[in-house]
Amino acid sequence: MGIPFDQIIIQTVNGIVNGMILALVASGLTLIFGIMDVVNFAHGDLVMLGGFTGATTLALTGNFWVALLAAAIVVAVIGMALQATALRPLIGRDPLTTILATFGISLVLQKYALWQWGPSARKLLEPITGQFKLFYLEYPWYRVATALLAAAIIGSLYLFLRFGKYGIWIRATTQDRVMAQAMGIPVPLVYTLVFGIGAAMAAASGVLFGPLGGVTQNMGADFTLRAFIVVVVGGMGNLGGSILASMFISLLEAYASLVVSPAQAVIVSFVALILTLLFRPTGLFVPTPK
Amino acid sequence: MLTLRDVHTFYGKSHILHGVSIDVSPGEVVGLLGRNGVGKSTTLKTIMGLVHPSEGHINFEGREIAGWAPHRLPPLGIAWVPEERRIFRLLTVLENLRTGLDRPGVDQARQQALLDKVYGHFPVLRERRDQAGGTLSGGEQQMLAIARAMMLEPKIILLDEPTEGLMPRMVGQIREIIRVLHEEGVAILLVEQNLPLTLEVASRVYIMEKGQIRHHAPAAELRDHHDVIRQYLGV
Repeated sequence: MGIPFDQIIIQTVNGIVNGMILALVASGLTLIFGIMDVVNFAHGDLVMLGGFTGATTLALTGNFWVALLAAAIVVAVIGMALQATALRPLIGRDPLTTILATFGISLVLQKYALWQWGPSARKLLEPITGQFKLFYLEYPWYRVATALLAAAIIGSLYLFLRFGKYGIWIRATTQDRVMAQAMGIPVPLVYTLVFGIGAAMAAASGVLFGPLGGVTQNMGADFTLRAFIVVVVGGMGNLGGSILASMFISLLEAYASLVVSPAQAVIVSFVALILTLLFRPTGLFVPTPK
Repeated sequence: MLTLRDVHTFYGKSHILHGVSIDVSPGEVVGLLGRNGVGKSTTLKTIMGLVHPSEGHINFEGREIAGWAPHRLPPLGIAWVPEERRIFRLLTVLENLRTGLDRPGVDQARQQALLDKVYGHFPVLRERRDQAGGTLSGGEQQMLAIARAMMLEPKIILLDEPTEGLMPRMVGQIREIIRVLHEEGVAILLVEQNLPLTLEVASRVYIMEKGQIRHHAPAAELRDHHDVIRQYLGV
């Protein structure tokens, strides 16, 4: 059985586009895990909240980019408020308590979205409408723009972490929170800031994804699950690993859907997850497991 | 300047400090001696707010600081150099130093002056400033840990076993930097196993045993009283 070359190219492009959106979600999740050991089960719901906030802003202003910015800012503030009220009191407790807390936040956000925006899906209008010819397909430019924009946001995060005072604070706290405190770094504030950054990135993914898949109140669980797989495969708390794993998993699914149906293709990511946990539990894309 | 009064500390259910009282005056180097596991490091961690005392008072320049969050202490002028050094391994040497520099009220000229000062004392840190902290040797990491604390311009440094595991040449450098800090008027509470060094640099010495201060004397006096040293330290 031969797979036509053009289909492989198309699926590669698809895989990269999906991978970049996933990477945007997963970097926030892994950043939050890396610094405060919190597995944020509400992360996908922040994606959803971003999507809806974006849809509402888009309806009001008619400008997609304003909607993207507004969603990121609003959800960042909501994220910081959630961290300060629901998670900060649990610092230093059994990790199970934070899992329950974020799970609770997830349910509350979903029900809030149902009450506020109703059960029907919203599709955001893409800001870039052109298409280009990719073999037999008219491939939308917007999908390419999405990947580039996601890459730009992740790139800015990298620069923010690499240079400047707050980047050093965040990296120092991630490595040794006790010593960071002893150097006068306000660690509780750093936690809140990082949660806000992660939430903003999730919200941006929600808005970018809006024109592709639409926004519904129960879309969060799928994003959380996929981001979680990626974060485990990439190595918990490892930013570069999560990005590579996002591309890896998305390409794997894209290629798998050449031979099986897209619904079955999801299975390969679970297989990748199980194999990673069995044979390299510290993650595929970490330098050397200790 | 720093006063501990009847401080009790627990790790879970185990009672570690049984009423520790210590005084350090401004600019004074004070030694805290004792065998392994008697509570010396815990005393420093308790001052630093990393362990909360269940009873007792910790007073710094008239402020009661027991129970304060650790990150509020460096702005008061308290710095900690932990026994394990705790270098930020993936941060460069310069970034390690910057964790103590990026604080309110320190402009760029002042930051540079502070960096130049520690580079003057520890030239190797200037050479390796763009290298990851984790790649330094044990002795260099100790220098970095002390230099990082100096970035905070502290009034007192809680120095935990700075010479542990170091070559004699490095011990000489540690002795030298303690002397420099003392000349600059920085108080030091020094936890050490190195008896000759402690008796040389400290003006007073506390000896701990089983979570309590058992003996307190001027260093000069202890140099002549080998019986006390033998009794508590077994050397």
